[in-house]
Amino acid sequence: MSRPPSSPTFKENAAAALADPALQGALHFVETNFPARRRAAVEALPEFDALRDSARAIKDHTLAHLDLYLEAFEQKVIENGGHVHFAPTAADANRIVVEICRAKNARLVTKGKSMVGEEIGLNAHLEAAGIRPVETDLGEYIVQIRDELPSHIIMPAVHLNKAQVADDFRRVHTDLPRDRDLSEPTALLAEARATLREKYFEADVGITGANFLVAETGTAVIVTNEGNGDLTATLPKVHVVITSIEKLVPTLEDLSQLLRVLARSATAQEMSVYTTLFTGPRRSDDPDGPEEFHVVLLDNGRSAMLAGAFHDMLRCIRCGACLNHCPVYHAVGGHAYGWVYPGPMGAVLTPALIGVDQAGHLPNASSFCGRCEEVCPVKIPLPRLMRTWRERAFSRHISPKTERAGLGLWAFFAKRPKLYRLAFGLGMRLLARLGRTRGRFSWLPLASGWTAHRDLAAPQGATFQAQWRKARRNA
Amino acid sequence: MSAREQVFSAIRRGLGVTGDEAPRRKIVADRLADHPTGVVPSRGKLEGDERIGLFLRMIERAAGTAMRLAGPDELPGAVLDYLKRAGLPPALRRGEDAYLAGVPWNRTPDLVITIGPSDGHDLVAISHAVAGIAETGTLMLTSGSENPTTLNFLPDHHLVVVEADTVVGDLEAAFARLREREGAEHGMPRSVDLITGPSRSADIEQTLILGAHGPRRLHVIVIGDPRKLRASPAARKRRAKAAAAAAETSPPVAR
Repeated sequence: MSRPPSSPTFKENAAAALADPALQGALHFVETNFPARRRAAVEALPEFDALRDSARAIKDHTLAHLDLYLEAFEQKVIENGGHVHFAPTAADANRIVVEICRAKNARLVTKGKSMVGEEIGLNAHLEAAGIRPVETDLGEYIVQIRDELPSHIIMPAVHLNKAQVADDFRRVHTDLPRDRDLSEPTALLAEARATLREKYFEADVGITGANFLVAETGTAVIVTNEGNGDLTATLPKVHVVITSIEKLVPTLEDLSQLLRVLARSATAQEMSVYTTLFTGPRRSDDPDGPEEFHVVLLDNGRSAMLAGAFHDMLRCIRCGACLNHCPVYHAVGGHAYGWVYPGPMGAVLTPALIGVDQAGHLPNASSFCGRCEEVCPVKIPLPRLMRTWRERAFSRHISPKTERAGLGLWAFFAKRPKLYRLAFGLGMRLLARLGRTRGRFSWLPLASGWTAHRDLAAPQGATFQAQWRKARRNA
Repeated sequence: MSAREQVFSAIRRGLGVTGDEAPRRKIVADRLADHPTGVVPSRGKLEGDERIGLFLRMIERAAGTAMRLAGPDELPGAVLDYLKRAGLPPALRRGEDAYLAGVPWNRTPDLVITIGPSDGHDLVAISHAVAGIAETGTLMLTSGSENPTTLNFLPDHHLVVVEADTVVGDLEAAFARLREREGAEHGMPRSVDLITGPSRSADIEQTLILGAHGPRRLHVIVIGDPRKLRASPAARKRRAKAAAAAAETSPPVAR
C-alpha cells in the first residue's frame, strides 16, 4: 500500500473537516443536489424496484458460482486474443501491471478512473518504476495533481470548489499564460481537455477499470460520461483493465439489468453517456484499437469475504448512492474516512480490506438512519453490516476501554431486568429533579463525551418502560 | 501454487465447493447458453412511429439532437445544412460502411469526405449505428473498418445514422441484434459502444458541461419512411407467428 490509511484518526479527521468552510460549502452541493435528482430518475421508471431485486439476485447467483463464471470469462478473453492475469494481492496486481508496461518500454500511461487502481496504489508503483501515469477523468486528474485520494467513488473532486481547481491548474500548467481566465468550470474543463488530448496519443499503455465483466463473452464493461475511458482504451497500443473478481455477471442480459440501476443510482441519468463493452484487442482488419488486451483480476481479500458475514458487500456496484444519501458523509466528506472507500460502503468494506484494527472507527460513523440501505441498487444491508463490525470490534477488545466499561456496566443491568428497572427508574427520577430548573444539563459525570458537544435534555421523570406499561394498561 | 490456482482455491474455500460439482457446472452452462431475460421496462414496448418518437425524445433529453429523413438520398443535403448552421467547414470523415458508401454524396460536391479512422484532426465524423435503443435514446455502434471507433470519440461533432427499422425498444433487443449480427464464428467485436448523448462532465462543482473529452455535440439522423414502419395489427400478428415458428425449428443461437 503506497499511502498509509488515516482511518485510525477518523475522529480528528472529522473534526478538521467540520471546521473547513471550503469543504463544507462543497459538501452542501451533494446533500442538496443528489437525493432529489436520484428520486426523480427512479420515479420515472416504474420497474425500478423490481430491477433492484433482479440486480441483487444476479449478483448473488454470480457470487455463488464465482469460480465457474471466472473460468468461463477467462476462456472467452483468451479465445478473443486477450490475456488474463490473476492477482491474489495488491502487490501482485501492481507487479503485473508494471511488468506489462515494462515489456513495452512504456514511459507514459494514460488512466481511466479506477477505484481498484486507487485501492492498490497503482500510480505510486508506476512512478517508482519510472513510468508516468496520467489520470484522464477530470476529477481524477484534479486529485492527482493535488496528490490526494478521491473523496467520492464517482465524483473524485467533489470536495473542491472551482477556485481551488483554478489555483491547481495555474500551478501545474506552467506553459500557459498566467493571466488567463479560469473563473468558470467551462474554462477549467477546456484547459484539461486540451492538455489531456495530447497525452492519449503519446501514451504507450492505457489503463482502465471495469464496472462489470461479462462471463458469456469475455467482455470488460466501462461506464463513463466524459469519453476519457474510451480514448484511454482505444488510442495506446496496449489496453490494461485493472479490476476485481466480484465484478462478474453471467450474460449480456444480466448486464442490462445492472446498467439500468447503476446510472440512475449514481448520477440520476437514464443511462450514462458511454457504456462500452471491450472484448479482446483490435481484430486483424480493425483500423484502430489496441494491439494487446490484458485483464488483471484482483482478489485482495474478496474471496475471504465470500464465506463470512460480509458476503453481501461483494454485491456492491460502486454507484455512490449510499455516500450521496449519508448524513455523516454530508457532514465530513470522503477524506475523513482515511482511505480509498468512504461513506457507508467504505465503512463496511474498509475494515474487511485493511483490518478492523485500522478502520474500526468507520462503522461507528453512522446514525443508523438506514437511508443507505433504502437507496442501494443491490439492497446491501449496510446498517446491519456496520453493526456486525461494531460487534467484532467489541469482542476483539479493539474499542476504547471507557466505552467497553460503560457497555459492560449496562450489560450487567440489562441481564437483570428487575434491577435494571429499579436502578434506571431511580436514576431518571434523580436526573429529572436535578434538571428541573434548566431542563437540560451542560455537564454530567461520565457523560462528557456527550456534553462536550451539546447539552443533554433532562428526563421528564418516568422511564420509557414505565410509560410503555402505562400506555398498554390504558389501551 | 500459481497465482491463478491461489485465487481459485481461495474462492472455492470461501464457497465450500470443489468446482467439480456437476449440478453447479450445469447451472452455469445453462445460464450462459440460455441467457434468460430479466425485468424489461414497459416503456420501450412500442411499435413503429411511436417507438421512434420515444427514441428521439430520449436523445434530446440526453442533450443530443435528432432528426428524421425519408431516405438516404436526403442525407447529403441534411449534413451540409448541419455543417453550415454550426459554422463548420464542409468536411466530413467516415468509415468504409456499405450503407454510408451507398449514399449519393455526389449531390453535394462541396462536401469533402475522407475515409478511415481519425487522427484527432477532424471536426466532424459520421457513423452508422447497428441499432438505436428507444428506452434511453441510446446508440449501439461496433468497432471495425466500417465505423472506426476513433470517429465516435475524437471529432467535436459526431453525426450518427440510424436506419428506422433498426430502432429497437430496449437494451435486450439491441443485444439480440448484436448476437444475430456477429454470429458464432465472429464473437463480439473489439468494442461495442453504447452512446447516450454528447460527452460531459460535472466534476467541478457539479456544473454539467458538454464536451468533456469526447464530442461536444451528438446529432442522430433516423432514416426510413415512417409509413412503412406503422405495422398493422395483422402484420404484427403474422410476424409474431413467423418468429415463433422459427424459434421452434431453428437450433439455439450459437455463440
